[in-house]
Amino acid sequence: MNIPILLFFIFALLAVAGALLLILAREPIHSAVALILVMVALAALYLLLGAPFIAAVQIIVYAGAIMVLFVFVIMLLNAGVEERTNWSKVAKYAGLPLGLFLLLYLGHWLARSFVGGTVANGSGALATAQSTRELSFLLFQKYMFPFEATSILILIAILGALVLAKREP
Amino acid sequence: MTVVPISYYLVLSAILFGLGVVAFVFKHNIITIYMAIELMLNAVNLAFVAFARAHNQLDGLVFVFFVIVVAAAEAAVGLAIAITIAHNRQSLNVERVNLLKF
Repeated sequence: MNIPILLFFIFALLAVAGALLLILAREPIHSAVALILVMVALAALYLLLGAPFIAAVQIIVYAGAIMVLFVFVIMLLNAGVEERTNWSKVAKYAGLPLGLFLLLYLGHWLARSFVGGTVANGSGALATAQSTRELSFLLFQKYMFPFEATSILILIAILGALVLAKREP
Repeated sequence: MTVVPISYYLVLSAILFGLGVVAFVFKHNIITIYMAIELMLNAVNLAFVAFARAHNQLDGLVFVFFVIVVAAAEAAVGLAIAITIAHNRQSLNVERVNLLKF
């Protein structure tokens, strides 16, 4: 077994274990730590796929900023163990089978469409050390307008969060 | 050097998305439900990067960037809503937010 496949399976197992832990944990803070595990494992997979910039953004923005926000809100609201209420009947009888069905269906079609097809070989634009440079050209030339639109989106999100979280006078 | 087939990444992405859906349906805590949404967005990002790699196009990575930005905005607004609900209802359980429930 060669090194990339071994690395892939290690980080894939870490990611799936983190996702399962997120579902099984009773305390929100444990779920948050499990989600951080998933994000770090995915960042390693992005490195394996030859996207170092996306891996860095994943660590800094997701595992850093967003998860710190989550943990901060959990501590602010003092969220303890999830209280058990009576299960929604729909969730109990339709949720798990439908979730498993979706998983199998997606996995089947995604795997089938690429079986024996393209593999990640070490050539092309992505594999070079220039990929971050190319990405920045793409971001600031071809996708200039969506980039500016996201800055407006973030501005609106900041205003919305401020208005929502403000205490009534 | 042999390498990892793209289909492996896509299957992992599907598994993570499915687990995200299951967590979204089964969790009661509103903060954990937001985490399930983040998990699904992460799974989609993995598929984007894998397809970008398969087609040797960098455009997929730009879309991952935008997905991360939108996820950050969504988390900020969503957690503000969670704080408001917690102040009004004294609970984070979504089952107790049933004012509009039939």
